[in-house]
Amino acid sequence: MHASVRPAVSVNVNPPTVSSSREAAAPPTMRMNINKVNFFYGQKQTLFDINMGIATNKVTALIGPSGCGKSTLLRTFNRMHETVRGARLQGEILLDGQNILSQDVTLLRRRIGMVFQRPNPFPKSIFDNVAYGLKINGSKLPLADAVEKSLRHAALWDEVKDHLHKSAYELSGGQQQRLCIARGLAVEPEVLLLDEPCSALDPISTAKIEELLVQLKDLCTIAIVTHNMQQAARISDYTAFLLMGQLVEFSPTPHMFTTPTDPRTEAYITGRFG
Amino acid sequence: MNPRLRWRKFVSNFMLTMTGVCAVVAVSVLFFILGYLVYHGGASINWNFFTKLPVPVGELGGGMANAIVGSAKLLLLASLFGVPIGFLGGIYLAEFSGSSVAFVVRYAADLLNGVPSIVIGIFAYALTVLPFKHFSAFAGAFALGLMMIPITLRSTEEFLHGVPRALREGSMALGASKWRTIMSVVVPAAYRGIMTAILLALARVAGETAPLLFTAFGNRYWSHGLNEPTASLPVMIFNYAISPYEDWHRQAWAAGLVLLALILIVNIFARAILSRGGTILR
Repeated sequence: MHASVRPAVSVNVNPPTVSSSREAAAPPTMRMNINKVNFFYGQKQTLFDINMGIATNKVTALIGPSGCGKSTLLRTFNRMHETVRGARLQGEILLDGQNILSQDVTLLRRRIGMVFQRPNPFPKSIFDNVAYGLKINGSKLPLADAVEKSLRHAALWDEVKDHLHKSAYELSGGQQQRLCIARGLAVEPEVLLLDEPCSALDPISTAKIEELLVQLKDLCTIAIVTHNMQQAARISDYTAFLLMGQLVEFSPTPHMFTTPTDPRTEAYITGRFG
Repeated sequence: MNPRLRWRKFVSNFMLTMTGVCAVVAVSVLFFILGYLVYHGGASINWNFFTKLPVPVGELGGGMANAIVGSAKLLLLASLFGVPIGFLGGIYLAEFSGSSVAFVVRYAADLLNGVPSIVIGIFAYALTVLPFKHFSAFAGAFALGLMMIPITLRSTEEFLHGVPRALREGSMALGASKWRTIMSVVVPAAYRGIMTAILLALARVAGETAPLLFTAFGNRYWSHGLNEPTASLPVMIFNYAISPYEDWHRQAWAAGLVLLALILIVNIFARAILSRGGTILR
């Protein structure tokens, strides 16, 4: 899956990592750019001067120990942080070169979908869950086709096609999470954000979702927060390592997991802390 | 067994028995009232009671059809006025308000809930009867509606708070506006609880007499439209019970039985809705 020539993205890294010489090719196109982002909850600063990019049609993983700010960072990408009172963001986040902070937030969130830590299907039928995003957008598409397409993309269609009108709560946890992915995909977002999507799931469901994410790369750009380093190594193209609100290292995943530049990264991925 | 231990055992058993007795007393009050109503009023309940108008003193028979219909009118009108205000206010409290505003509104609602119903009655009288110089169903419904507001508001708020934050975020992340999220995800997730609360509020005001005495007043005939004095079961019970006539007393008991039965039915119905709705919040 990984191309042999892997572009370095160290230009965006703070502190900069040294790119290996064989990766000096053209930089990848970035769907999103995060420039000098500082984040505060009230008086408490939780993100410090973050600079990184989310490469187009790739999987970018955010890793780090609990409380390092990785979920906070991910939630700024679609401005979900604004639902929390007292949250404040400095810096700029660009989507296709446009600052998302000055855009209409509902339109923005239609372009950047999100899947949460615990499956959160609505108390509606399976069909209505997937159709929800289309309905609120006033979509003129035939709903049934769009719903089927999304469920197929989320690898859930075969399991639910005969009972689309049952309550979403009758599905298993893993199925519910894939339903939430289908719900997010239905509005055809450009970017899909996933906040530890497998942390509440068993290993088999986790494997299914990982497999799914790798396939979804062709459809959209993916950013995933994960607590699980092996997961990041398995599915991501780029990895960002955060520690206490700072971006320690951001590089292509194979690079990060074989020859980390920063000693703290090495300590973390070899399991010496976290 | 030493005396101290024996004393302790005695105290323990005695207190256990007392709590049990008190529990039985609490429950039996309801059945006692019900039994008493059936004993005194059961005989007067017949088809006529539900279909005929009251008859003058001395004539036997007659019914309270106008009071039953009147009560229904008053309650319907009161709900139309009280439920939307309480419901929307509850949404504001749970979803939009800051903590200081919420505190004030919540406190005011609790105080309003504690205002004696007779005071609500005077207030409604001053506002909706005096200026028009006549009693009306509107005035009665206004008084009852006022009493429904705080109950509906507080319980709407409580049930909305019970909806997991994750559902709101899921909807907002799809680009839904806050209002859209509330109406299509949050309220549907809590609607059974809210429905129950509304029914309980209705049952609560259905038996109110004091606010109706000088607003809807009462009527021995059919009231046409909503702008006339209107009969209601509680006021009818009051008037018949304090009258000196044996036959009217029996009818008052019967009306009490009908009213209690209606309220019990609404209550049981509400509990049934709520117990089925437990799955929503997982």
